[in-house]
Amino acid sequence: MSLWKYTNPNKFMKLTSKILPTLSILSFLLVFTGLIWGFFFTPDDFRQGSTVKIIYIHVPAAMIAINTWFVMLVGSLIWMYRRHHISSLIAKSAAPLGLTMTIVTLATGSIWGKPMWGTFWAWDPRLTSFFILFLFYLGYIALWRSIKDQQKVSDLAALLCIVGSVFALLSRYAVNFWSQGLHQGASLSLDKEENIADVFYWPLIVTISGFLLFFITVLLIRTRTEIRLRQISSIIITSRLN
Amino acid sequence: MITLLARDLKLSVRSGSTIFLGIAFFLIVLLLIPLSLEPSRPMLIKLAPGVLWIALILSCLLSLDRIFNLDLQNGILEVLTISPLPLEGIVLVKSLAHWITTCLPLIMLVPLMGLLYNVPNDTMIWMIISLLSGTPSLSVIGCFVASITLGINRGGLLLSLLVLPLYIPTLIFGTEVIRRSLDGTSNVTPLVFLLAISASSIALLPIATGSAIKINLN
Repeated sequence: MSLWKYTNPNKFMKLTSKILPTLSILSFLLVFTGLIWGFFFTPDDFRQGSTVKIIYIHVPAAMIAINTWFVMLVGSLIWMYRRHHISSLIAKSAAPLGLTMTIVTLATGSIWGKPMWGTFWAWDPRLTSFFILFLFYLGYIALWRSIKDQQKVSDLAALLCIVGSVFALLSRYAVNFWSQGLHQGASLSLDKEENIADVFYWPLIVTISGFLLFFITVLLIRTRTEIRLRQISSIIITSRLN
Repeated sequence: MITLLARDLKLSVRSGSTIFLGIAFFLIVLLLIPLSLEPSRPMLIKLAPGVLWIALILSCLLSLDRIFNLDLQNGILEVLTISPLPLEGIVLVKSLAHWITTCLPLIMLVPLMGLLYNVPNDTMIWMIISLLSGTPSLSVIGCFVASITLGINRGGLLLSLLVLPLYIPTLIFGTEVIRRSLDGTSNVTPLVFLLAISASSIALLPIATGSAIKINLN
C-alpha cells in the first residue's frame, strides 16, 4: 500500500471525508490558542511595543503564501509525469489560497510597517518579491479561468507553473540584487542564535502550525469541490449522449 | 528552417504595418515620459535606462500575439508541427523572426533615444550592449507565453498579465547594466546575469513552447 492509491478520486474522497472534521477542529483550536496566547500573554517588545504582535498573523501567512506555490509546483510536476487528475486539481485549488495569503501578508505587513518604518510601502526586496508573487498567482488563476477544455488547461497551467517557478525564483534574486532592504533578519531559523526570544517563539510556532492545518483543511475542501464539479460535468456529458 | 525564417521575415516586411507600428509606439512612449515629468537634463539621464527598457518591453508586447495566431488561423501551424523539422527548432526560428522584426529596429533607434534624453556616448554603447544581450530572452519568453494563450479569445490581455512578470529579471539586470555604467561602477555582474538569462531561456524555453503548442493543437 502506498500513498499513490489516494490518487483514485473515490479513495481520496473517502479518506478526506474521514479526516476533515478532525483537521478543521484542530486547525481552529491551534489558530485561536496561538493568537490569544500571542496577543494577550506575551510581553511587548522593548523597541516595537505591542505592534510586534501582528507577527502572529504576518509570518504564518507569509510562510503559507510562499509554500503554496511549492505545493502547486509539486502538483503540476506529478500531473506532468503520472497524469493523476487529483494532483492537477490540488494545484488549481491551492492557487486562490496562495493569493489570499499573499494579500494578507502584504496587508498586515504594511499595517506593521507604518508605525515601525514610518511608511506603508517601501520598495524593499521582500515586499517587492511578494508583489511579484501576487502577480504570478493572478496570472496562474486567470489562465485556469480562461480555458474551458479541462484536459488542455490542466496541461497548460502545469507548464506555466513549472516555467513560472523558475522565473519567480529568478525574480526573487534579481530583486535582492536591485535593492537592499529594511527587513529584519530571519525570525525563525535552524540556527538558534538568530531566533527571536522564546516568549515570542512558542506562540508563533503554534500559530504557524494552526495556519498550516487551516491551509490543508481548506485545500482539501476546495479539491473535493473540484472533484465533485468534474464528476457532475461528466454525468451531464454522459446523460446528453444517451 | 532558414526557409521558414525567410518566410516569416518576408511576411512581416510585406505586411509592413507591424514593424512600423512597433517603432511608432516606442517613439510615443519615449515622448510621453518627458511630457509627464519635468524635462530637466539630470533627471532625464537618470530615467533613461528604465524608460528605454520599459518602452522596449511594451512595444515587444504588442506583436507577441501575432507570432502564432496568424499561422494558427491559416492552419499553417498544424502543417509545421507534422513537418520533419523539430518543433523546438520551429519555435526558435519564430522567436528569432520576432526578435529581428521587433527588437532589432528598436535597438537601432537607441542613438536617437540617447540624443533625446541627453545620454553620454559611452553610456549609449552600454545601452546597446545591454539590449543586445537581454532582448533575445524577451522574444523567447514571449513566444512561450504566446503558445500558452494560443487560441484563447481575447488572449491579448491574459498574455500581457502572464508575460510581464516573467520579464522582471531581464528588466532588472538590463537596467542595472546601464545604470552602473552611468554611475561609473563595474557592471560586469549584471551583464553576466543578463547573458545567462538569455542563453538559458534560448536553450530551455523552446522545449516548453513546443509542448504547449502540441497541447493546444490536440
